[in-house]
Amino acid sequence: MAAESSKQFWKRSAKLPGSIQPVYGAQHPPLDPRLTKNFIKERSKVNALPMKNKKASSFHEFARDTSDAWDIGDDEDEDFSSFQTLNSKVAKATAAQVLENHSRLRVKPEWPQAALSETPANCKVIKSSSDAQIFRTPEDVCTHNSLHKQQSLPLRPIIPLVARISDQNASGAPPMTVREKTRLEKFRQLLSSSNTDLDELRKCSWPGVPREVRPVTWRLLSGYLPASMERRKLTLQRKREEYFGFIEQYYDSRNEEHHQDTYRQIFERILFIWAIRHPASGYVQGINDLVTPFFVVFLSEYVEEDVENFDVTNLSQDVMRSIEADSFWCMSKLLDGIQDNYTFAQPGIQKKVKALEELVSRIDEQVHNHFREYEVEYLQFAFRWMNNLLMRELPLRCTIRLWDTYQSEPEGFSHFHLYVCAAFLIKWRKEILDEKDFQGLLMLLQNLPTIHWGNEEIGLLLAEAYRLKYMFADAPNHYRR
Amino acid sequence: MSTISPEYDYLFKLLLIGDSGVGKSCLLLRFADDTYTDSYISTIGVDFKIRTIELEGRTIKLQIWDTAGQERFRTITSSYYRGAHGIIIVYDVTDQDSFNNMHLWMEEINRYASENVNKLIVGNKSDLTSKKAVDYTTAKEYADSLGVPFLETSAKNATNVEQAFLTMAAEIKNRVSSGPTQNDSHKSNLHIQSGPLRQEGAGQEDGGGGCC
Repeated sequence: MAAESSKQFWKRSAKLPGSIQPVYGAQHPPLDPRLTKNFIKERSKVNALPMKNKKASSFHEFARDTSDAWDIGDDEDEDFSSFQTLNSKVAKATAAQVLENHSRLRVKPEWPQAALSETPANCKVIKSSSDAQIFRTPEDVCTHNSLHKQQSLPLRPIIPLVARISDQNASGAPPMTVREKTRLEKFRQLLSSSNTDLDELRKCSWPGVPREVRPVTWRLLSGYLPASMERRKLTLQRKREEYFGFIEQYYDSRNEEHHQDTYRQIFERILFIWAIRHPASGYVQGINDLVTPFFVVFLSEYVEEDVENFDVTNLSQDVMRSIEADSFWCMSKLLDGIQDNYTFAQPGIQKKVKALEELVSRIDEQVHNHFREYEVEYLQFAFRWMNNLLMRELPLRCTIRLWDTYQSEPEGFSHFHLYVCAAFLIKWRKEILDEKDFQGLLMLLQNLPTIHWGNEEIGLLLAEAYRLKYMFADAPNHYRR
Repeated sequence: MSTISPEYDYLFKLLLIGDSGVGKSCLLLRFADDTYTDSYISTIGVDFKIRTIELEGRTIKLQIWDTAGQERFRTITSSYYRGAHGIIIVYDVTDQDSFNNMHLWMEEINRYASENVNKLIVGNKSDLTSKKAVDYTTAKEYADSLGVPFLETSAKNATNVEQAFLTMAAEIKNRVSSGPTQNDSHKSNLHIQSGPLRQEGAGQEDGGGGCC
């Protein structure tokens, strides 16, 4: 490695410094064979994630393979897929008739297949071309330039996962109150009905989902599971298979064995697949955090004890695969709503930090002016609040509780989060106003003492956020100076 | 304005930059808290720490900004260059590419930082001798060609970490205390204002837009 760089290596013309960990597919699919070569070379050197280089070696192949990345949304997916099966049935029947009536053997192999793929194929063509456009945006040209070095970087495993898994586990939780029992009953009723009333489920979930029913509730709220009971099993099966299809396609596990899976490997796969299917953002640090709540919640279905110390290899492979696939899909749903947080220049975050500043200037002028006086900028602390959805500021159990609400609230992750951040900031107003210099303020804002927070604090925070949203969301001039 | 006279003579703003995973946060953790962790938690945007040191009889407060190395964060991290007095560019001695990218980081500095900003090149992870990919002389030659001081460090076993930051602080101190011009104002500034110290010169704008 060292040998191949000449003395003048620093004159090499790359455009941007820094590097993205290519572990997760980073910015780009392996379009360039040279990259792939590098990548493979690196991979043999460093003990890291392999990538199947013969697949997706051209843009067209890539576009075809990932044409769903942008996507008809897995939202419509359910209807779409039933449409597809319906279509194929009709098609097959028609084809059979045609064959029977006309004995035109020549069409025999083609007909059913063509009919089968007709609708999806059309969609794909459209989507593919939009993919192509996305690829041509300046930002991508720019990231393209940096691709070379990125892809050739060694693969450092970087997931800070296990350290941060501490759960919603109920160990030591007080016994249920009557009210909690009633609530749980209500959830059970909703969840077991043949067609779950999602509006009602959202309403019930907003103030928090009971631990016992959280996994299935989250699958429903995220839009991953269909409301219709009878379709759930099939959907799950199909989506899980689909996910492992991606794994086979893009993420060639060296030994084709999964029994050695650790949290880290599972997360790497999930992030890798997501990144390769979302080339406009690629893997951005912080997205890894967003897998954790899903993973922990889905794991809690099978694990009684503390998830943190649980050895995942104790679970059957089937169970592990389900947890992994479900985490992938739910995370994808979540990211669909906030993708502009992670694209070039992170416009979603920039916008929200500005909005936060504006909001705070209206709801708490004193805090706002205090920041101005000591030259504290919102970006200096709130960037991470947006990029990681407050996950770095709160214990995981609180994030999980927060997400009960985010998934029940329209545009919870993309919009309501802003009000939560404002409420969160104001929550510390006293501490903030007590700090009389820049250093002290920054140290406080980057290390807010939430370690003992639980459901109660989050409940209050959410109530305040809700109030702010209603006071200010539809009244942009309210309280304006 | 501020009634409390600051408990330091100088306030220097330092910035850590370099590829993702080279150990910027670990260096800072070692320097500011004298601890080390093997677990990797990526920096999002910027992190911030302070440490006060004594140097040649003066108390110097170092305000250190630790930036995210990942390219996607470049837009936000670049806004931190402007107010910096010193920039430490870190690479990983076991990772040739992180060294190859040095010139790109230098370009970033030229683009965003004050013209006279002090620089220091640091090759971290020197404890991993068996994996070493960038040898000392190569890096030294490169640093010399730019006239920038260079050190190999290990955040893990604390080798040269203290020295790196102290070197940086000393360089800045020499500059600001010998500089006959604009930089003289820094010291007096410090006595009337406990807020962040502003670097005169390139790219001065109004209050907004990343003073630090």
